[in-house]
Amino acid sequence: MNWRAVRAIVRKDLKVVLKSRAVLIPLIMVPLIILVILPAVGGVLLANANPNSPEIADFRRESAMFFDNLPGTIGDRLDQYDNEVQRVTYVIFNLFFPSMYLLLPTMVANVIAADSFAGEKERKTLEALIYTPTTDRELYLAKLIGPWVAGVAVGWLGYIAFALIVTATTWPLMGGVFVLDLAWLLLILWVTPAAAGIGLGAMVLVSSRVSTFQEAYQLGGVVVIPVLLLLFGQIGGVVYFSPLVALITGAILWAIALVLVVYGARTFHRGELMARL
Amino acid sequence: MASHAIETHGLTRRFGATTAVDDLSLTVETGEVFGFLGHNGAGKTTTVRLLNGVLAADGGQIRVLGHDPATDGPQVRARTGVLTETPSLDERLTAIDNLTIYADLYGVPTGQVNGRVNAILETFGLAERGREKVGGYSKGMKQRLALARAFLHEPDLLFLDEPTSGLDPVATQEVHDMIRHVSREEGRTVFLCTHNLVEAQRLCKRVAVMEHGQMVAVGTPHDLAHQIGADMRYTLEIAPDQTGAARDAVKAIATVSSVEASDAEDAELTLTVSDREAVPDALAALGAAGVRVYAVIPQQTSLEDIYMALHQRKGGAS
Repeated sequence: MNWRAVRAIVRKDLKVVLKSRAVLIPLIMVPLIILVILPAVGGVLLANANPNSPEIADFRRESAMFFDNLPGTIGDRLDQYDNEVQRVTYVIFNLFFPSMYLLLPTMVANVIAADSFAGEKERKTLEALIYTPTTDRELYLAKLIGPWVAGVAVGWLGYIAFALIVTATTWPLMGGVFVLDLAWLLLILWVTPAAAGIGLGAMVLVSSRVSTFQEAYQLGGVVVIPVLLLLFGQIGGVVYFSPLVALITGAILWAIALVLVVYGARTFHRGELMARL
Repeated sequence: MASHAIETHGLTRRFGATTAVDDLSLTVETGEVFGFLGHNGAGKTTTVRLLNGVLAADGGQIRVLGHDPATDGPQVRARTGVLTETPSLDERLTAIDNLTIYADLYGVPTGQVNGRVNAILETFGLAERGREKVGGYSKGMKQRLALARAFLHEPDLLFLDEPTSGLDPVATQEVHDMIRHVSREEGRTVFLCTHNLVEAQRLCKRVAVMEHGQMVAVGTPHDLAHQIGADMRYTLEIAPDQTGAARDAVKAIATVSSVEASDAEDAELTLTVSDREAVPDALAALGAAGVRVYAVIPQQTSLEDIYMALHQRKGGAS
């Protein structure tokens, strides 16, 4: 394996992405909204909320299905808090945000892969790359590594930003760090790389059938559906974010991602790519 | 085999019902500038892809620099440099970034990358704008950068597809000089795909003409002229008042098929002959008739004439 060539392609792909406004805007705006602005606004509002306010009571009533089906372990955890605002704060940031958070590595890997595979075809830069002495395997691996590393990195950095902002804004209310536990660690270290993998795998599947970045981006967007199902399932009281759920979710995402990536490897031949140019 | 940079026998590649390259057998000598001519869709680009191992052949054998590209593609491509029809440059990156990445891909020794990149930018007149994004370059600058990338790793075999497309006359001349230099002084082989027949005539020792995937002729322009049965032409500079006498003197020679006389200030007699022995015969006849001959200039059949004749013989282009 020629790692120098692999690194060169990864460097090229990431550099090219960083110079494209069309690619960069969703990559910046979505994490900014989900992991910085929403937690900051939510944290400030909750930290200043009156435990006896009608809004808190309304939230409990509207989320009855969610609260009524809470597993015992989470119920026990919530019982440790003194008031409803603390419980709602815990629930929002520990049970609702993880599903939204998973959108990020998936989307980031998906968008960068769209630019790397379909965008390269659209810009007519693939031909020169195909004539280099890289093997098909090196070329494919390099095309996978860039989006995957970027997805995982944004996920991890995003979590750090999220945890800092939530902790800082809710400190007067919660009195400490409450968005770091076994479930979060599994989400970060086990599920996040899998989520980036599925974003990537979907794009590998899509990119051979489209010829522009925009087409790939739009078609590849369907990959967020499993993540949204997780979010809605949680709101509906069907599934709750816990270490076990994180383990199972990660395993399912890894399996799907591996199937897609292996399928992509079987169909990724420079001759086929060249014939379609 | 070692003296052949490229050797193919019966090379064939089909796309569905279309045969893009049909039973192609050719050899290209090491250090030669070889012209590969043909209209769009004649099979030139597919041949280059087959020779670099980026497409698999459906039949036939290939050896490129001693390797089979089908099994040793990376080894072949490490020693070839390819200028594609479109420059295929990352326009969001600078010229230096573009070249540095390809230096890594082609395995230029790490310690030499910066020096090599700067030197090649200098050679191709891009040094002052090397830090600018390629998207802002003119068509000619992009072409020069793409050429620089093809030359960057000092390949043994260069595949150049329309290398002077979009270049001004000065840059065109510089590229021609560079192609001659790498061939003659450095012993590198150049496989030149072009529609530009004047360029091919200037640069190539031998050419092949492709039509609908088949090679219809190969050889030196002189060989090809002979193959198509083109007559040889010679222009004789004579005294201005002697064109009538000169015409009468040579028209009886059997091997002279036609005579054209020009009565301008520099009087000329152009003979079309079927055998070069007609030249001394004509000079003897003119001397006997008292016609003063100042120069005999052979008129080579142009590659364009040859190409068009071959093209018409095959029934026209697609």
